[in-house]
Amino acid sequence: MSLLYSDVEEELRGSVRRVLADRAPWTAVLKRTESDEPYDQALWRTLAADIGVAALPVPEEFGGAGASWREAAVVAEELGRAVAPVPYLGAAMATEALLTLAADELLRPVAAGQRTVVLAVPLGTGPTATPPVSVRADGDTLTGTVTGVADALAADVLLVFAGDAIYAVEAAAATRTPVLSLDLTRRLADVTFDAAPARRLAAGEPTRQAWRAGWRAGAVLLASEQLGLAEWCLTTTVEYVKTRHQFGRPVGSFQALKHRLAELWVAVTQARAVARYAAGCLADDDPDTAVAASLAQAHCSAVAVRAAEECVQMHGGIAMTWEHPAHLYLKRAKSDSIALGTPARHRATLAGLVDLPG
Amino acid sequence: MDATELRERVRDFLQRHDPATMDRLEFLRARFDAGLAWISYPEGLGGLGAPRSLQPVVDNEFAAAGAPDNDPMRIAIGLGMAAPTILRHGTDEQRRRWLRPLWTGEEVWCQLFSEPGAGSDLAALGTRAARDGDGWIVNGQKVWTSLAHEARWAILIARTDPALPKHQGITYFVCDMTDPGVEVRPLRQITGEAEFNEVFLSDVRIPDAHRLGEVGEGWRVAQTTLMNERVAIGGGAVPRGAGFIGVVARAWRERPELRTPGQHDALMKLWVSAEAGRLTAQRLREQLATGQPGFEGSAVKYAFARLNQEISGFELELLGEDGLRYDDYTMRRPTGVGWDARSPGYRYLRAKGNSIEGGTSEILSNIIAERVLGLPPEIRVDKDVAWKDLPR
Repeated sequence: MSLLYSDVEEELRGSVRRVLADRAPWTAVLKRTESDEPYDQALWRTLAADIGVAALPVPEEFGGAGASWREAAVVAEELGRAVAPVPYLGAAMATEALLTLAADELLRPVAAGQRTVVLAVPLGTGPTATPPVSVRADGDTLTGTVTGVADALAADVLLVFAGDAIYAVEAAAATRTPVLSLDLTRRLADVTFDAAPARRLAAGEPTRQAWRAGWRAGAVLLASEQLGLAEWCLTTTVEYVKTRHQFGRPVGSFQALKHRLAELWVAVTQARAVARYAAGCLADDDPDTAVAASLAQAHCSAVAVRAAEECVQMHGGIAMTWEHPAHLYLKRAKSDSIALGTPARHRATLAGLVDLPG
Repeated sequence: MDATELRERVRDFLQRHDPATMDRLEFLRARFDAGLAWISYPEGLGGLGAPRSLQPVVDNEFAAAGAPDNDPMRIAIGLGMAAPTILRHGTDEQRRRWLRPLWTGEEVWCQLFSEPGAGSDLAALGTRAARDGDGWIVNGQKVWTSLAHEARWAILIARTDPALPKHQGITYFVCDMTDPGVEVRPLRQITGEAEFNEVFLSDVRIPDAHRLGEVGEGWRVAQTTLMNERVAIGGGAVPRGAGFIGVVARAWRERPELRTPGQHDALMKLWVSAEAGRLTAQRLREQLATGQPGFEGSAVKYAFARLNQEISGFELELLGEDGLRYDDYTMRRPTGVGWDARSPGYRYLRAKGNSIEGGTSEILSNIIAERVLGLPPEIRVDKDVAWKDLPR
């Protein structure tokens, strides 16, 4: 398995980055956080359908591009770099769940970028063998509430766990109450079903497999998102301390800052290797994927938070203002570190996986 | 040249050279001459011009056949530092003379760089090389020289023009360690043993044919050595759970009575860091194999030093009572007993050197900050001053 980027991946990165630079500069992202449309649906359609990012992990037999999660992870890096308000994470988790279920009729419109399917679980759910269930099924209807679901506001269809089964529900049949989330660029919603019509996709072990696979894909992509975010923070801070003068010299000439930035670069370099390894494992369905995913989360979460915190500190007062992008990254980084399990949860999971019991 | 073809070549070689019956040295020489030593080196110099990433294919084939190796730990400085420098900056004649016995281990190499007055500021070195007919006369003192007591040759940097600023007046030589002017004294370390030495150079004669690169170009040539040193420290291929983390993980598994909840999370943090470091080194080797330039070697070395120090400190504390006992402070040369067979105190003490040797972590931070991130350089008041006029 190679940990480097292929030429194809670099081309894909270039396309995504160009679209994001054009359509989602931080000023636009900031403005959208206080608008009625926290998700940029037009941008998401461009990425999903025109660039084709939704089709990347989907095999051709389901109308996909037959690429892999490796390429999808590069997209996640770029979305993290731009803190772009698109429902990529929730959609990717649902896509992987649908792939394990071979749910052809849902996968086709997903791969084409026509419909957005999102996995309706609390964003903070860590690695568990069974899906979190807070909804009950009565025949063909669902009743109950799932709290703190990421990307639900941008979904057309929700995948919901109830009893020991997984269901597809039209998003319009649920009540989605927006949550004022710490991270304004990835909105949460409490999703309530009141005898909502639902279609059962599977029950029993396939349901649990769909959950584990969906979660795992999410954890791996999230690590790449954290890498992209950390890279933005590092690059932006380095540029800033080169131009900001105090005491008659650039503040970036002081070793107190230089050494911390060097250390951050080391951390980001490591995060890249770890995130690439996780993406490679996921793409190859490697037996080490469970370790790789929790390792990536435990490591990249911490690196992204540190990068964002250093970004704020080294920018000084300006980074405490609403009109500077640093807070968008800090909020995303901190909320990412809790999403899909905190680093401490992942370390506990790893302890079990590598036989280092507490 | 792909893996299949290489395997084919090794098998073909092994058919004609039976490691079970052949003399070890003759076998290694023949392997070198067949281009199966370091395959990324040019043909005629022990290689095939093949991708470096395929080296493990060859090594594994030889190991599987029970063939003798060249004892790479013993000749680490030759393999890791002297050889790439000779290859890059040496003349054809120098390469032919030195690379073969270097690789086979017939000739051990050491590195005469650091001095008592020139550590992090290596370019301030004061060992003097003065012209004398068709050669040079060298006087000075070097320090922290691993393997000097076993070495046949040394890579040496010395000052050839004190009137120039410090970086410009340096020349790179190969020094004959059997010269009567070379005196090697062991330097005892905090671990008790003496891995390295002080080396006193008194009127040592070096023929001009043993100069590597042009006169005054020594600093530039030394960069090749130093970059390779940082890759060599901490950049090796290891399986998951090897290294210091493997030792402490074993203790954790075998001694459940030592465990506390706080230490459990601390252990897992170290495990995550160790695995991140391992994957970073793996990615670095891939980059090097494809010829992508990069400073990731500095990142690997920097992280490796801190990690080893943290793990070995953790291990001592975990062991409690047992951590209070040390195995052997006797002054001796390293006996070939690995760090994993020593007491935890040895690992703790030895790892302190990891952030000093091969460029301190602080100097690496400066290098990363300035060369990778492009941050303003340190103020260098001595840069344009003639070396002889520097305060010392």
